Amino acid sequence: MFTPEMMKSVRKVEATRDERMRTEPRRMTAEEKDELLKAYHPDYRTEAFDEIKIGPNKGEKAPKELANLLHSNSRILGEDIDLTKIDYDTDVLIIGGGGAGASAAIEADEAGAKVMIVTKLRIGDANTMMAEGGIQAADKPNDSPVQHYLDAFGGGHFAARPELLRRLVMEAPDAIKWLNELGVMFDKDEDGDMVTTHGGGTSRKRMHACKDYSGAEIMRTVRDEVINRKIPVIEFTSAVELIKDTNGRAAGAVLLNMETGDYMVARAKTVIIATGGAGRMHYQNFPTSNHYGATADGLVMGYRAGAPLLYQDTIQYHPTGVAYPSQIFGALVTEKVRSLGAMLVNAEGEAFMHPLETRDVSAASIIRECSARGKGVTTPLGSGVWLDTPMIEKIGGAGTIEKRIPAMLRMYLNYGIDMRELPILVYPTLHYQNGGLEIGGDGFTKVIDNLLVAGEAVGGIHGRNRLMGNSLLDIIVFGRNAGKAAAAKAKDIELGALTLRHIEDYAKALAEAGLETNDVSPLLLPKYARHER
Amino acid sequence: MDNMVDVYFYGKRYSVPDSLTIMTAMEYAGYELKRGCGCRHGFCGACATIYRIKGKNELHTCLACQTQVQEGMCVASIPFFPTDKRTYKIEEIKPDKQIMMQLYPEIYSCIGCNACTKACTQGLDVMQYIAYAQRGDFKKCAELSFDCVGCGCCSVRCPAGISHPMVGLLARRLTGKYIAPKSRHLEDRVEEINHGEYDELIERIMQKPITEIEELYNTRDIEK
Repeated sequence: MFTPEMMKSVRKVEATRDERMRTEPRRMTAEEKDELLKAYHPDYRTEAFDEIKIGPNKGEKAPKELANLLHSNSRILGEDIDLTKIDYDTDVLIIGGGGAGASAAIEADEAGAKVMIVTKLRIGDANTMMAEGGIQAADKPNDSPVQHYLDAFGGGHFAARPELLRRLVMEAPDAIKWLNELGVMFDKDEDGDMVTTHGGGTSRKRMHACKDYSGAEIMRTVRDEVINRKIPVIEFTSAVELIKDTNGRAAGAVLLNMETGDYMVARAKTVIIATGGAGRMHYQNFPTSNHYGATADGLVMGYRAGAPLLYQDTIQYHPTGVAYPSQIFGALVTEKVRSLGAMLVNAEGEAFMHPLETRDVSAASIIRECSARGKGVTTPLGSGVWLDTPMIEKIGGAGTIEKRIPAMLRMYLNYGIDMRELPILVYPTLHYQNGGLEIGGDGFTKVIDNLLVAGEAVGGIHGRNRLMGNSLLDIIVFGRNAGKAAAAKAKDIELGALTLRHIEDYAKALAEAGLETNDVSPLLLPKYARHER
Repeated sequence: MDNMVDVYFYGKRYSVPDSLTIMTAMEYAGYELKRGCGCRHGFCGACATIYRIKGKNELHTCLACQTQVQEGMCVASIPFFPTDKRTYKIEEIKPDKQIMMQLYPEIYSCIGCNACTKACTQGLDVMQYIAYAQRGDFKKCAELSFDCVGCGCCSVRCPAGISHPMVGLLARRLTGKYIAPKSRHLEDRVEEINHGEYDELIERIMQKPITEIEELYNTRDIEK
């Protein structure tokens, strides 16, 4: 329950509710948004970034924690790994068991390739599982892929790679159809029309959802399909470095059994990095909405093998993470809460912004409200603003919350807060890595043959900010594409001898740059255990 | 300063702040989690956990990431449960009663003890959705089981050996694919794209100079 001080502020929120419901807050102009972002978005805090000292992005900025991973030693440096002893031999090796990896596996299998997934936790332990609000696709008569392109391109500050964004929007309706035919239960009306809503920065209602378990419904369906197809999934087994062949092409990975600590060798004709995001790096000490394993492993492995990053300096802070209570601090409060009508309201009961600005703008606006403007609500862990959830029931009728966002209702009821009656407290949470490994329109990295990347590990699909619902979409579109492309490419490959020479070369480059460290990467799991001594 | 409570992980006593969840309390105690920890936000079902309060008889099931510690909690996590998933080809099966009989015949051995429902960490009416599955009412089974995170606590407690999450999953896939009405607007749009109806339009916007796209973006109309 809320503290008495918080309840005083709740009364102010309640007092202004009827009046606020009669007026739609103004949207910011392009100039206002630019100024706001520069002053308050965490991406603009220069002290939170370091220069990358070696490798293809040398001289560019990255969050300090990511730069540190790139400047760390390989886990297998000095380990005696016998590359002639092959533990797994496959056509397509998929690293990562989230939505992108599972989609890739299904399509590669469909194309007749021998495919396997390795994942450091379980298949489905992934950010996909936790995506709540929905998935975009321009499939309504008043919409078009071109409109979707415009929304995403503008929302991403005109920085998306056009060839990637084109694929995202043009293949979106087919992605929804594919999922539906696998058995994903989208919210539909009795005639079969998809129930769609807005997300921040959309100009058409194109957010498809499965209540607020959208990602979970998609993930459990594609996971079930992977298992039905008997595709090997090696769980609790992390890839720790890519292996190349003597021609410099991707040719597999060194694997680590997370439980026994043993290393193994997987040889593959094509490799897909689908390792997801980096929320558990806690950039700038933000809490995160991400799953336990989101530690940028794929970015580190790819970079060490020579693949460049793109937009590694742009991070998405989801505007509405849980600010209170502490037990769920940083957990995601889906944007769908605002799609359904809830406003962002400060401690004084004022709607300080339009609730459906893009995520970067909304996050910066909340940070401004809680800092410079001094109109945040104080909490034990910091501050937050109100998300006026009782409005949803007023707009949509009693029962709307239970029907459309049951996960949110359940999460708060666990701690005695009924969001149908009371507003909830939110503050930005580290949510998504906008940047990642650079790929071409075909899904392959541009510099390492036979290496593909899909999902959150890719940079450039969304530009410098991502719209709600475009990530669930990208893992399906680019996951499927990677699976098909990897299977096709694998047909004509004769591998040379395997080598880890690039690991030694990277170590030399670190030494030459004067970077001496005892840290190793990829991190694999965050270090949360408290050890008293 | 936090209030401290005594809890027991696998029978061993630790003093932990009472504001923590079971999962963060284990980390506070020094556990480096590998199994039994996934999304940490109540969506993946990795952290199925059983506990008793010392001195009390009742056995509880929960998700470690969504449950606050209490004094005297004796906790054991279930790092893995051998759920019995049957495989099938979704394209080849039909949404009739026969398919449940073939794939999950043990649901007809349900003795109605309702232990599954009591064990559900999501508060779902598990026994009822199994009853719908028995009758071949897959739509109702799908709806009632929709919020399942697959933690498996129901199956752990089932005397009939039913893998409830897998039954719900099959019912949902059948419903999503075969029972729910088709979306005409979706099929139409996929057809249009396949016929190349947007190829030229998308090329045109991709070729525009940034200043022109900025103008288009900043002045676009937004559906009410």
